[in-house]
Amino acid sequence: MYHDTKKYFCTLMSCTEVWWSEMEHIRMPKVENVRLVDRSSSRRTQVGTLYLTATHTIFVGKGSEDRSELWVLHSLVCDVLKHKASQNGYPLIIHCKNFQVIQFIIPQESDWHNVYISLSRLSRPEKYEELYCFSFNPNVDKAEREHSWDFLDLKAEYSRMGLPNKLWHVTAINREYRVCDTYPADLFVPKSVTLPVIIGSSKFRSRGRFPTLSYYCKENHATICRSSQPLSGFSARCLEDEQMLQAIMKSNPGSRFMYVVDTRPKLNAMANRAAGKGYENEDNYCNIKFQFIGIENIHVMRNSQQKLIEVSALRSPSMGEFLMGLENSDWLRHIKSIMEAGIFISKAVAEEGVSVLVHCSDGWDRTAQVCSVASVLLDPYYRTLKGLMVLIEKDWVSFGHKFSHRCGHLDGEAKEVSPVIDQFLECVWQLMEQFPCYFEYNEKFLISIHNHVYSCHYGNFICNSQKERKDLCIKEKTHSIWPHLWENKLDFMNPLFKPDQSQNQGLLRPRTAPYCFKYWRRLYNRFDRELHPRQSELDCLMTVKEETQQLEEALALYEQKLAVLDKERAKTLYMQKGVLESKQALWSSPLDTSLANTPQDYIGGFIGGAPNVFTLQQGERESAELCLFGDKPKSSDADNSDQESGVADFSSHSSGEESLPSEDSVKDPDSDETGPNRA
Amino acid sequence: MEFAELIKTPRVDGVVLHRPFMPTVEGTLCLTGHHLILSSRQDNTEELWLLHANIDSIEKRFVGSLGTIIVKCKDLRVIQLDIPGMEECLNIASSIEALSTLDSVSLMYPFFYRPLFEVIEDGWQLFVPEEAFKDLESMTDEWRLSEVNKDFSVCPSYPSLLTVPKDIDDESLCKAASFRHGGRFPVLSYYHKKNGMVMMRAAQPLTGTNGRRCKEDEKLINATLCAGKRGYIIDTRTIAVAQQAKARGGGFEQEANYPQWRRIHKAIERSNVLQEGLIKLVEACNDQSHSMDRWLSKLEASNWQSNVKEILTTACLAAQCIDREGASVLVHGTEGTDSTLQVTSLAQIILDPACRTIRGFEALIEREWLQAGHPFQQRCAQSAYSNGKPRSEAPVFLLFLDCVWQILRQFPCSFQFNENFLIMLFEHAYASQFGTFLGNSVAERLKLLLSQKTVSLWSWVNRPQELERFLNPLYEPNNLVIWPSVAPQSLLLWEGVFLRWNRSTKCLDEAYQEMVHIIEYNKELQNKVNSLRRQLAQLETEDGPLQTP
Repeated sequence: MYHDTKKYFCTLMSCTEVWWSEMEHIRMPKVENVRLVDRSSSRRTQVGTLYLTATHTIFVGKGSEDRSELWVLHSLVCDVLKHKASQNGYPLIIHCKNFQVIQFIIPQESDWHNVYISLSRLSRPEKYEELYCFSFNPNVDKAEREHSWDFLDLKAEYSRMGLPNKLWHVTAINREYRVCDTYPADLFVPKSVTLPVIIGSSKFRSRGRFPTLSYYCKENHATICRSSQPLSGFSARCLEDEQMLQAIMKSNPGSRFMYVVDTRPKLNAMANRAAGKGYENEDNYCNIKFQFIGIENIHVMRNSQQKLIEVSALRSPSMGEFLMGLENSDWLRHIKSIMEAGIFISKAVAEEGVSVLVHCSDGWDRTAQVCSVASVLLDPYYRTLKGLMVLIEKDWVSFGHKFSHRCGHLDGEAKEVSPVIDQFLECVWQLMEQFPCYFEYNEKFLISIHNHVYSCHYGNFICNSQKERKDLCIKEKTHSIWPHLWENKLDFMNPLFKPDQSQNQGLLRPRTAPYCFKYWRRLYNRFDRELHPRQSELDCLMTVKEETQQLEEALALYEQKLAVLDKERAKTLYMQKGVLESKQALWSSPLDTSLANTPQDYIGGFIGGAPNVFTLQQGERESAELCLFGDKPKSSDADNSDQESGVADFSSHSSGEESLPSEDSVKDPDSDETGPNRA
Repeated sequence: MEFAELIKTPRVDGVVLHRPFMPTVEGTLCLTGHHLILSSRQDNTEELWLLHANIDSIEKRFVGSLGTIIVKCKDLRVIQLDIPGMEECLNIASSIEALSTLDSVSLMYPFFYRPLFEVIEDGWQLFVPEEAFKDLESMTDEWRLSEVNKDFSVCPSYPSLLTVPKDIDDESLCKAASFRHGGRFPVLSYYHKKNGMVMMRAAQPLTGTNGRRCKEDEKLINATLCAGKRGYIIDTRTIAVAQQAKARGGGFEQEANYPQWRRIHKAIERSNVLQEGLIKLVEACNDQSHSMDRWLSKLEASNWQSNVKEILTTACLAAQCIDREGASVLVHGTEGTDSTLQVTSLAQIILDPACRTIRGFEALIEREWLQAGHPFQQRCAQSAYSNGKPRSEAPVFLLFLDCVWQILRQFPCSFQFNENFLIMLFEHAYASQFGTFLGNSVAERLKLLLSQKTVSLWSWVNRPQELERFLNPLYEPNNLVIWPSVAPQSLLLWEGVFLRWNRSTKCLDEAYQEMVHIIEYNKELQNKVNSLRRQLAQLETEDGPLQTP
């Protein structure tokens, strides 16, 4: 494993100039005798060496047998904190955007300070070129990389919806991003609108984001359109904008009106009028029904998630602290409001056959959330792996969700950061909880996407708009995440998915009672292995399914052979042995044995801490340390002794997979991983 | 008493039944001695058969001459009956009230129920202490089966046969019993085969304010320690509560008198507090109007999840002492019939793989709950909708089942039974056609002649036809100790019980069916492949030696 680290350094050294510019910020490339503290029990630590590279912080454990490693991408670090020094040393806490929290204890004060300064700088890149995706260089050739960007084709997606058709077509008006620099180049508008109408409408909308199509329902011609707020102030009107809406309404021949959904709380929208912005006046537009849906703004959401993260990171909280913390964060209330907006729109489209125009202020945050949640509810395609990728590519990436600002990719305005896409992914997760058979993907897929939205490992989520990405030559200089996820799709499949099911073809009608919204432990406590079920139903079923497939193949093979034999019994029989040795206990393996055998601290250090009675025996304490990363200790120790009659290690899908299995490249260590288990 | 006296109107036509997530049914309502029946008298329509014993409380409402009765059941279901005619409605309501609160146990349905199936394996004879002791004898010879309580005079809530240390004679047991609340002297609860450590349970010692001691009691529990080893006493109460108990004659083991024991206090709520928690929780779950905020506040205020966490933590601690510290453990609270049993039974589920099988779990319930004297009849007399002041009702057993469910969620492949099994036990503990959960102790059950006059729940459950729907398709025996997480993030609300009637389970049922299908299909394929392989092998030998082309 250490060998790989070396190799990694070599690759990096050889390939990029960034390396050298970043090197300037590294005051301290290596610190010895650093201790990594296990968050679940501060008594468990591991000693090792800390390396700072241009792209990663790497901790290499000093264990003789299992040299565990921890890799943290600088772009995933959101916060570096010094804690008060103690006699043990100088603690450094690293908070990551994927909710990992890492605590190092550094022996020397000067090293502590240098690491802190270096990391603080490294985790706040000032230029796009400093981001990891520009130095990430997997072993693929140019053609393959370019091909990776063609994996998703939005044109194909629109044609899947049935567009263009006799009512809708692509307008070339924004080809050069002149009408709206945050919109994509290709946009669908009603055929009946003329260029002056589009331009007029765009001038009447914040940042030129005129109403354009997001989703088209083939069955009844209803559409979901999106825009930004109108610049209506207290009384301004715009004839072209009114014509635009009229045209959208008319493009749905069956309906006599359309909904205009303002996703903001009414008060916020009214306040915007004073700044010359605002919302549509029903009197000025023909046949619109106007509706407010009170989703809070990015600042409220940022604060809410911050509180949620604090709650999730509490160490052994009481039930009351946890539940009240969850409630006071208001997080689930916000998720509920986004879901309800999605439900409103999806019902309007599917049940009433009425088109909907959605906007918020700028039309790139709440609007993106609500349009995409509605799409998932409406169209089973978005409940497939490829479909969700396409949806994110369309409603988020192409329509100018400001990923760089919202995810804080570069050092900049903290007030621009907000977990807007987190909330969308969480809405999908909440739906998966309610409809376990209707999604092709599992929650690992969502978590992996979440990770990569923030990791800057791939170029997809860099920049704030299509135009910026083009200017920066993202497609020429970086790789696309989607084919990478697709290659690993086996890990992201939901074994319970029933694609052929008729109910599954239609609109999802989720329940929205408060108790239907749950805390997403797998995301927020992703790295707290001890908090998750020790056996995973998902992994079991995936193993069984995989095995079933092998059996099907074997069956076909045997049947074929038998048929041959029946015909020509005297002829020679070729039999491939050992295709499938009869297996027992096929799927029981996803038990994480070492964790199952490590009791938590059920009494807060009472046992073992008391001087006069019992203390853990030395061997046990060591074993506890070995278990720091939950891997099976190799040496014989107290933990192993429990496994005497335990569950054998079976399949490839067994235990130890907290880290996402898709992130597999050894040479290009991915921040997804807690690191040490690779090898 | 004749039931007929209580049934003022045996039958009303044109009654409309409303149930959540089900179509309304119009039909005839009939009251019998033990059931409320509603039938549409049409084919294809489900009839409602509701045991009066399952009815927790009712509410009446009138709009003109149309009366409505809201029936709230102990299994937490709420149904509505619209009854035309005020008099009929009043009569039905008062009959239900009378029939659902019968005082005499011998009038309960189990005494009238005649099974429609043939009892092949009598559940009453399945789990006798002698059998359990035989298993113990095969592992150790340090224990004996004492008959000191054969007429239930030493301890009325204990069974007649008790497992005690070999070296302690019956006379000492009697003295120890007089030093323990309700005569519940320390007895063996569990023997950990792996290291020979044991778990004992008892009631609190009667030390009182002046620190009474009892040499026999000390000797009794010391007899369970290996030479030079120490043990843990887990008191399920906080130290403050335990101190207060002294004033009422109770107390806890003083260090000075039990130098070989280390005492740990935990904070499991007393049973009367638990009942309030259940009422609040169910109220919150049934409130359809509330916002997100109020839901979480109410969930928190019910303290239910906190109780689950505390009980599980204590059980884990007991298991940890035994398995990890290699120490023996004595568990007690006040009476030793509630929190004590929660802890000892959960610790066994953690430690002993046998308890995670269906038979093993049944045996555990027999041993640690029924024979150990948990007062089921008192505790389960009312459920979450009781209006009156609680007497001794408390969801102690339900909390235990909830904790088992939490472990099951965390180890979904390690249990032979599924969630339905736990829900079924919850239902039958509160209202049943079977006699298993009647009475408060072995002595009471003997007196009621339950084994002669009623059918055991186990006789029914263990029939292959019934058992099928309680089997966990993912089960794969796991001989390890299983350590659950007790962090609040890891503990979930048991929706299968508390939101059961407030949601449509269509999607969840579908998922379960799909899971079963995936596994069955896999097994089917395995069999096919194996048989084909055998066939091929056979042909191969018939055809003589092989040549590889």
